Amino acid sequence: MPTFRVTIMLKPGVLDAPGQAVEHGLRALAYEVEHVRMGKVVDLTVPESMRPRVVEMCERFLANPLVETWQIDERETAS
Amino acid sequence: MTWGVIVFPGSNCDRDCIHVLRAVAAQDVVEVWHADRQLDGVDALVLPGGFSYGDYLRSGAIAATAAIMPAVRAFAASGGPVLGICNGFQVLTETGILPGTLMRNAGLRFRCMPVFVRVESADTPFTAALPPGAVLRIPIAHGDGRYLADPSTVSSLEADGRVVFRYCDAVGRTTSGSNPNGSMAGIAGIANAAGNVVGLMPHPERAGEALLGSTDGLRLFESAVAWLHARRAVLQGTAR
Repeated sequence: MPTFRVTIMLKPGVLDAPGQAVEHGLRALAYEVEHVRMGKVVDLTVPESMRPRVVEMCERFLANPLVETWQIDERETAS
Repeated sequence: MTWGVIVFPGSNCDRDCIHVLRAVAAQDVVEVWHADRQLDGVDALVLPGGFSYGDYLRSGAIAATAAIMPAVRAFAASGGPVLGICNGFQVLTETGILPGTLMRNAGLRFRCMPVFVRVESADTPFTAALPPGAVLRIPIAHGDGRYLADPSTVSSLEADGRVVFRYCDAVGRTTSGSNPNGSMAGIAGIANAAGNVVGLMPHPERAGEALLGSTDGLRLFESAVAWLHARRAVLQGTAR
């Protein structure tokens, strides 16, 4: 069955408060960091018939199109 | 009047809402479980605060898929008064019944404290009995309360009088210090286009008795009760 990795990120320009906190944490550990953005990763395995509807799943539920973008990557399916 | 309080797994202000409605406002209350599909004989609805489904995915996102939600949507579309409080507000934005979204507070702190909000619109059942400009002292308790929408959406909310509550100071001034979470335009609560659905981050059910330090929250529920009685009188007059 097809397997997808969906990566959900806040749109550029949307304040990412958790990302900022991680950025501060890395700086507190004395690492030089320019910018940190946080996101979510969702791995999906769906029946073949659902392949055309993965985009719809992202638009409707997995991401909030108002503030988030998503990227869908098909992954190697274990045989 | 009969109020329905929707209970999701992880709701934690449902008992408070039931208490203030039943014991203080002398209303009939039914608990509606998220897996139910029907709302029978309910005059008004409350979606209470809490952490439905552990705020997984996004606050309110999973609750928006609950079996009861088509009935909530239909009740809202029919003009029934619906109040979404805190997580209930988040559920209403996730269903699309209200526009925009609630993001993690600017500054990241979970803000749990009394705040002041200014009543910006009397065109809702929950504020019909309140003078516009009235300043209410009501607690907030949220981590994801930063209201965000397209600038064009915020402009039309403002133009249409759908911003219902705005964070302010004790005398009603909006200042940067009075906005506890970075919400756009200091928005604490909004209404749908028809005005019958209101979502807000502050917890009116926690300001319903003098013992709790404020009775300002009770005024929202009392306003809706008066609104419902007035509507019933009109409907009965029409029927005659």
